[in-house]
Amino acid sequence: MVRTFATAALMSACAVVYAHAEAGKIKIGYVNTFSGPNAFIGNDEKDGFELALDHLGRKMGNLDVQMIYEDDQIKPEVGRQVTEKLLQSDKVDVVTGYNWSNVLLASVKPAVDAKTFIISGNAGPSQLAGEACSPWFFSASWQNDQTPMALGELLNQRGVKKLFVLAPNYAAGKDMAAGVKKTFKGEVVGEEYTRWPGQVDFSTELSKVRSVKPDAVWVFYPGQAGAQFIQQYSQAGLLGQIPIYSSFTVDALTLPQLKELALGHVSTQEWVQDLDNPTNKKFVADFRKKYGRYPSYYSAQNYDAAMLIASAVVATAGKLDDKDAFRAALEKANFQSVRGKFRYNSNHFPIQDFYAQEVVKDPQGDYTMKTIGTVFTDMKDVFYEKCAMK
Amino acid sequence: MKRPSPRLLLACVLFILLALAPILASIVGNDYPLIVLTRVVILATAAVSLDLILGYGGMVSLGHAAFLGIGAYAVGIMTAEDVTSGFVQWPLAILAAAIAAFVIGALSLRTRGVYFILVTLAFAQMVYFVGVGLDAYGGEDGLVIPTRSRFGILNLANRTTFYFICLACLVATVALVAHLARTRFGLVLRGAALNERRMRALGFPVYRYRLAAFVIAGALCGLAGILLANHSEFVSPSIMNWGRSADLIIMVVLGGMGSAIGPLIGAMVFMLAEETLSHLTTYWQLIFGPLILIFVRFARSGLIGLFPERSGDG
Amino acid sequence: MSLLIEQTLNGVQLALLLFLVAAGLTLVFGIMDFMNLSHGSLFMMGAYFAATFVALTGSFIVGGLLAIACTALLGLAIEAIWLRPLFGRGHLDQVLGTFGLVLFFNDFVRLVWGAAGRTLAVPQFLAGHITLGPALTYPVYRLVLIGVGLVVAAGLYLLVQRTKTGMIIRAAASDRDMAGAIGANVTLVSTFVFGLGAALAGLAGLFAAPLLTVQIGMGDNILILALVIIVIGGLGSIRGAFLAALIVGLIDALGRAYLPELLRLVLSPVAASTAAGALSSVAIYILLAFVLLVKPQGLFPARGAR
Repeated sequence: MVRTFATAALMSACAVVYAHAEAGKIKIGYVNTFSGPNAFIGNDEKDGFELALDHLGRKMGNLDVQMIYEDDQIKPEVGRQVTEKLLQSDKVDVVTGYNWSNVLLASVKPAVDAKTFIISGNAGPSQLAGEACSPWFFSASWQNDQTPMALGELLNQRGVKKLFVLAPNYAAGKDMAAGVKKTFKGEVVGEEYTRWPGQVDFSTELSKVRSVKPDAVWVFYPGQAGAQFIQQYSQAGLLGQIPIYSSFTVDALTLPQLKELALGHVSTQEWVQDLDNPTNKKFVADFRKKYGRYPSYYSAQNYDAAMLIASAVVATAGKLDDKDAFRAALEKANFQSVRGKFRYNSNHFPIQDFYAQEVVKDPQGDYTMKTIGTVFTDMKDVFYEKCAMK
Repeated sequence: MKRPSPRLLLACVLFILLALAPILASIVGNDYPLIVLTRVVILATAAVSLDLILGYGGMVSLGHAAFLGIGAYAVGIMTAEDVTSGFVQWPLAILAAAIAAFVIGALSLRTRGVYFILVTLAFAQMVYFVGVGLDAYGGEDGLVIPTRSRFGILNLANRTTFYFICLACLVATVALVAHLARTRFGLVLRGAALNERRMRALGFPVYRYRLAAFVIAGALCGLAGILLANHSEFVSPSIMNWGRSADLIIMVVLGGMGSAIGPLIGAMVFMLAEETLSHLTTYWQLIFGPLILIFVRFARSGLIGLFPERSGDG
Repeated sequence: MSLLIEQTLNGVQLALLLFLVAAGLTLVFGIMDFMNLSHGSLFMMGAYFAATFVALTGSFIVGGLLAIACTALLGLAIEAIWLRPLFGRGHLDQVLGTFGLVLFFNDFVRLVWGAAGRTLAVPQFLAGHITLGPALTYPVYRLVLIGVGLVVAAGLYLLVQRTKTGMIIRAAASDRDMAGAIGANVTLVSTFVFGLGAALAGLAGLFAAPLLTVQIGMGDNILILALVIIVIGGLGSIRGAFLAALIVGLIDALGRAYLPELLRLVLSPVAASTAAGALSSVAIYILLAFVLLVKPQGLFPARGAR
């Protein structure tokens, strides 16, 4: 922790001259998790962002792009420190990345204080959609509650009456659980919040699920914890006994570990790899060609984040100092999204569709997701009316 | 006319350099070195406070970061409850740290040796998990502190002002610890660390002296916690992770135990070593780990050992 | 009822995992009066070795045995190179020296295996579950872990109580100088105990790998719990470590299982979960502080010790 601060101290002491934004260049700070069991999320998001830069010829408008990547170690205080380092020492023009809601919540203030745009590539905490919304913050993903709200609706459609809810005990976990409970009309018969990110052994919680005997279980366990959960669910003999639904748990990142355990698993998402639009087809094909695997919604959103920033640079003709114009351009979101369409609500969160998706095997025998329906169309999050921005 | 000791000279030079740092930052036109230095100064304050019990008193506490956390959480919680005046916040936060130190010290000091290390660790872990359990104040996610403490016209949000406040706290802490060391209080403390039985035989209530030192050290570390909370504008349980307590011990030992200025040097060198090593390689701990061992084996008097206590020595 | 049994099994399973780590730690503490913070690193190395060798050999058993052997060798090497100079030094030096080792291994692992960590799946032949009674099923893997833990505990008990080596271990634990004076080779025994402790940490790492994921720093938390256990049980006491591990494992599992229900009477579900998790942990440290203050020789001290 101390290290990142001191690094920057030395660097800035030596390289003072370069401190200010150079002409002809946009500096983008990128904060994500690049170490620990969830590094595959950070790397996937980075890959999506980098692919967008490839497609842009590594230029936004007439500006060369300089990326500075920092590791948040999935810790809020570290995320905040590296954000501050990017803002104060590297003097970046935009900060983006941010997979985790707790890291993002801790990192917003330094960016707002420095009057620098902060664009989330994934995390969408409810606070930032409502009372704590900011003219400096934009989401390229969704508001946390939305995806599970779509899932709750799906559970209603499937006739689930008794639901057991399981989520990690941190900002996003609380939002997600609240989301599923907002739309699910049956009875929540059990509700557990586990330590995050430390707890990946779910024996205690699985025993409770067994004793309560719900109609279905809903979980939110992103990244490696998700792979662990589904595997332990199977080892406990619950898979196939009690149907399991999830949000951000079974995806392109965890499927290589889960394989047939996840076949037929149903969840909801704002983007699926088979969405039928030209931008997405190119994205998925090029991603698979460059990285040799399926992209996930993580990389898709970060592809969009890069394109969103590029659109604002183009619209303002590279005048990064004109923050009001830059904000107005971001609000227009004039770019081709892999989601087919992309427009902002007043609180800087997208208004978008949510799909039901199912795990299938592709012709090559790899596991992937297939769209099986649309749950919500042009959905707004439920917090935007609490946001002072109109 | 006595010449000033090399250590006193060293202390003066260090503090003058630290006081000039903001000028350097303004020439450079970049606030970041100042942000880093503020953090160094704050952690040095914590290390100096630990030195009072570890260096002078011979009490190996592996739980000192708990007081850092208590000071920081006190500020965070009061701010969340709309008590933003520093005149209220700071005394209450220091009081909270002192009370915690009194309770923890009163119990821990009944044990000796390795048991003392472990019981202080146990109490620090308890405080850590209380922080984790505070759902209303962010739990494990931590708590964003929206505004720094308010002190009338003094604006703590100004980086230079805040830096000088931190520096003043450091100087005061060093002066207090150095002063205590020279008083009878310090002599008893040091004497008890060397030979407890003899101090007892001389009629000194060793336990009370130690407890007083523990409370003072806890309160001073609480002050460092207050500063850290204001600096980071954020507090989470990881501020009192046991690794942080170990870091503080390393700073004290590195700089030199039982010398008020040693831990300051230790803290600065610790972060610099972390820094230079991490620049040479991402795997800096691969070098730093063995360095600690070598240091422990061959250089126990610490870096301050390079500077004799009185002029004319060595 | 079946829920209580299942949660108790969960606690016992956690307890035995902790016991495997604590056993080596307590023996070394007992014989050498040595505080070894790097014992958790051996646990981590065991997990990394396991993930590597199981992937390499394609067999959980062969790879696992290789991992345990490597961890034991590593333990011996650490003892010879790094720790021996610290024997007999003050506890402060031991804390610092072994903490340096913790830092060293965390980065060593990053260098060799990368920052992302590894995964090791539960082997196919243990991935199922068996029915133990009406409405009571339990994962095979966790039952095997319980079985292995019990066998190791029994073996260690016999070793310490019934063999000549064990006699020296016990003698050294109660009075090292005396044991040396009557001609026991304390150094050799301590080396043996170190290797044995490392092997057990490796075994724990192997079994923990599929449950906890293999990652940098995974040894740090388990080390603290192991320290708690050996103090509660009494330094140097295998029996004590076993019983204390059971207490700690059960507090943790049952606390997390039943406290949220209780707290939910007064708190929201989220707050109840947060507080319950924290309370079970706090309870463990309160127990530790209580033991240290009231009965510092531990609840189940090694016979004859102090």
